[in-house]
Amino acid sequence: MANSKEIDAALTLWRFGLGAREGDLQAIKDDPRDLLRQEVVECYTPTPVGAALRSSADLLMSLIEYNKEVQAERDRPAPAPMPAPQPVATAVGNAQDANRPAGGMMDAGATAAPAQPQQPDKKAAPASKRPYLPQQILIAEADARFNGTIHQPLIGFGERLAMFWANHFAIATGKGGDVHIMAGAFEREAIRPHVFGRFEDMLLAVESHPAMLYFLDNHQSIGPNSQANKNGKRGLNENLAREIMELHTLGVDGGYDQADVTSLARIITGWSVYRDEKRPGPMGSFVFNAYAHEPGDHSVMGMTYAEDGEEQGRSVLRDLARHPATAKHIAFKLVRHFVADQPPAGIVRKVAAAYTKTHGDLSAVYKALIDSEEAWAPELSKMRPPLDYVVALIRATGLRPKPEQIISTLNALGQPLWNPSGPNGFSDVTDGWASSEGLATRIDAAAIFAHQTGGATDPREFVRDRLGPLLSPETLQAVARAETKAQGLSIAFLSPEFQRR
Amino acid sequence: MLCEHLSPTRRAVLGASGALFAWAFMPRFAHAAGGRDPRFVTIILRGALDGLTAVPPIGDPDYEALRQQSAMRIEGTNAALPLDGFFALHPSMRNFQRLFRAGQAAVVHASATSYRERSHFDGQDVLESGFPAPGHVETGWLNRLLEGLPAGERVAPGLAERVRGLSVGTTAALVIRGKAPVLGWAPSILKPADGDLAPRLADLYGQKDPVLARLLQEGIDTGKIASGIDIKARGGPGDPNGMEQMARGAARLIAHPEGPRVAALAFEGWDTHAQETDRLAKLLTGLDNALAAFEQELGPVWKDTAILVATEFGRTARINGTEGTDHGTGTTAFLAGGAIRGGRVITDWPGLKEAQLHDARDLAATTDLRAIIKGVATDLLGANAGHLRDVVFPGSENVQAAKGLIV
Repeated sequence: MANSKEIDAALTLWRFGLGAREGDLQAIKDDPRDLLRQEVVECYTPTPVGAALRSSADLLMSLIEYNKEVQAERDRPAPAPMPAPQPVATAVGNAQDANRPAGGMMDAGATAAPAQPQQPDKKAAPASKRPYLPQQILIAEADARFNGTIHQPLIGFGERLAMFWANHFAIATGKGGDVHIMAGAFEREAIRPHVFGRFEDMLLAVESHPAMLYFLDNHQSIGPNSQANKNGKRGLNENLAREIMELHTLGVDGGYDQADVTSLARIITGWSVYRDEKRPGPMGSFVFNAYAHEPGDHSVMGMTYAEDGEEQGRSVLRDLARHPATAKHIAFKLVRHFVADQPPAGIVRKVAAAYTKTHGDLSAVYKALIDSEEAWAPELSKMRPPLDYVVALIRATGLRPKPEQIISTLNALGQPLWNPSGPNGFSDVTDGWASSEGLATRIDAAAIFAHQTGGATDPREFVRDRLGPLLSPETLQAVARAETKAQGLSIAFLSPEFQRR
Repeated sequence: MLCEHLSPTRRAVLGASGALFAWAFMPRFAHAAGGRDPRFVTIILRGALDGLTAVPPIGDPDYEALRQQSAMRIEGTNAALPLDGFFALHPSMRNFQRLFRAGQAAVVHASATSYRERSHFDGQDVLESGFPAPGHVETGWLNRLLEGLPAGERVAPGLAERVRGLSVGTTAALVIRGKAPVLGWAPSILKPADGDLAPRLADLYGQKDPVLARLLQEGIDTGKIASGIDIKARGGPGDPNGMEQMARGAARLIAHPEGPRVAALAFEGWDTHAQETDRLAKLLTGLDNALAAFEQELGPVWKDTAILVATEFGRTARINGTEGTDHGTGTTAFLAGGAIRGGRVITDWPGLKEAQLHDARDLAATTDLRAIIKGVATDLLGANAGHLRDVVFPGSENVQAAKGLIV
């Protein structure tokens, strides 16, 4: 049975979009599905902007400078110390992060603390006393999204997809200062430009991005028979190669074995980041370092790839992107994200077929998804993960909270921005988030947002306008019976309709 | 403004929050070896702990060649702590060494689940679900174990039956997910919400959403308990301070005479592909302090406590090119607690020669973790052999419960 236009409008905003702002439901109620398709046709992904949102190469260079200043600052009290030249391995490395808390829900105080705006006169504050630079950048990146991109689209399917792909190709700021400072740039440079493009282009952009190369250790991986290993002391690190196959393309049951992982690890030795200060070059950018590359032909998944420098790895990635297991894996994850924890096999098949037919043209893949009638079931079965929940709260209330508040809220809710506990990203199923502790922090967060929204908003009008036909009589009643407007809004934010999609 | 009448649900919630321990979380277990009232804690280390660094086999002639510059010795700076002559302990684990010497801690070496591939996520699913293969993510073995334990003396009939286990952290670990009701607790950092909000939500959820209703009820219960504990969050589950803090909070909850008797925690960050020595020094300190926190906070209950520390699989026997190790097979598990018959390394040591390594690369697994868990569950908690075989660990007919683990 076909849904009413009103139901479709609500599902368009709440299931496929970022959630309804004031008046959005009314604005799209005549042709919701056409407007959703329109975002795909227009390839509409907003662009985060801000003065601090520089290229990853620029950011890496700033981090090197920052680390030097901090080091010099520490060394100063000692009698006449020469500032020791930073060893290359730690110049951009993890030394700075040994003392930082690993990301997680409980470090809000630590991450939110250095929230001072940067002093105009930088020289006045010693580097070691200044706020931690990578966190400053993260705050600016968060600001550009939570007070920028998420407010721009009417529906926001493209923005949702940018969040989906950033989690599919997860990196974690907890890895170290370099990943921390580049996390937003990674999403801007490797994910967003390809959201409506070809999967293989996104894959190539991701796997050659400095943030991914650092996150999964590939910059340290050395071909055992390469020139860089003449003394025989260094070698392979298969971390990136394994996750490319297991998480990024084929999926864990995708038919590869340990030999394929090792082989791909060999092929992508030399995929690194340029930072040799003595020689001119694209500092802080991707570089193919032939010196560390394992020479020779290697085979992956039954295909032999002749020695061809960087191109050898690019060929493997292109083939992985076109593999049927990848089509299935990507289709499964997309349908699970938008439709149901247990994705209906019929839609997964349709979406995978669109992927295969178009060699991974993502716009065609999304069209297959939103044109499937099964994706429009009116029951709200999925629990919104914290990030989607916070985005929906901000859109619905029209609030512009400080980015520090958003970052610490996400920490508390268990989904710290770009900092999952592993390369598989955050959970995308209800079970991963349905915990009493998670709900308890959600109640606290909702109460804070409700208090900030203030007394001007009538909670009864609020729920009617934002939720429309999804609003249940029980929720309306509970909202209407609240003792204060703030409490009514809290109940609205915590209602099943608001938490599910 | 509309006026609201108190519903029965709301009254119950208010009553409960007003009297913290007036009603109990669970009955005592009916059985306890020697009539004891036991505590059982499972700590999952996510990311795959390198057992050869945590408990280096310094007496094995092939060990040094595999680990080269990362090999540990029992003399010199940063020396490993001696255990039994053959095995030593990572220098960060001084508390564990003390417990080992006191006969209250044991190592289970060259152990693993039945999983032989190398995916973290599948490996954790097998470790936590208790099923022999990945793909079962609805319930965990610890929860199914709870379901099958014989009901004991009721401290408060009705409510008391509800909750038997404690899950520590923002999200429940798979190992303790399932039908048996479980409390969730984590150190909280946000300001508490309007105190009248929860009962109202309880009303709404009661009518509209059973899942949210259940979560809310548990949240109210533990939220109150947690606020009585008054711990300030310092770090997450991958931070040494965070580990100790989670352990301390959990210990206080299960030490309470009417608190849950079984708890699950998960610590993160053990995936040491590079610069393993430094990272493990930090993480093992966290684990070691967490064990000490349990010992301190459990006080008189410590003597009836068993703590199991387990990870999804081990790491390569050789170090890799970046002074770390890649995903492997056999590793170590730890047992600690006053109820453990400790002071020994439990192992059928497979050796480290090329031909003895699993796939010529990993420490082979000769002890099935399920045997250890079955042994503890049987002798400490009075679990029934058929339930363990059919429900807790399906497909484990050939895995016999280890004997003599419990004092």
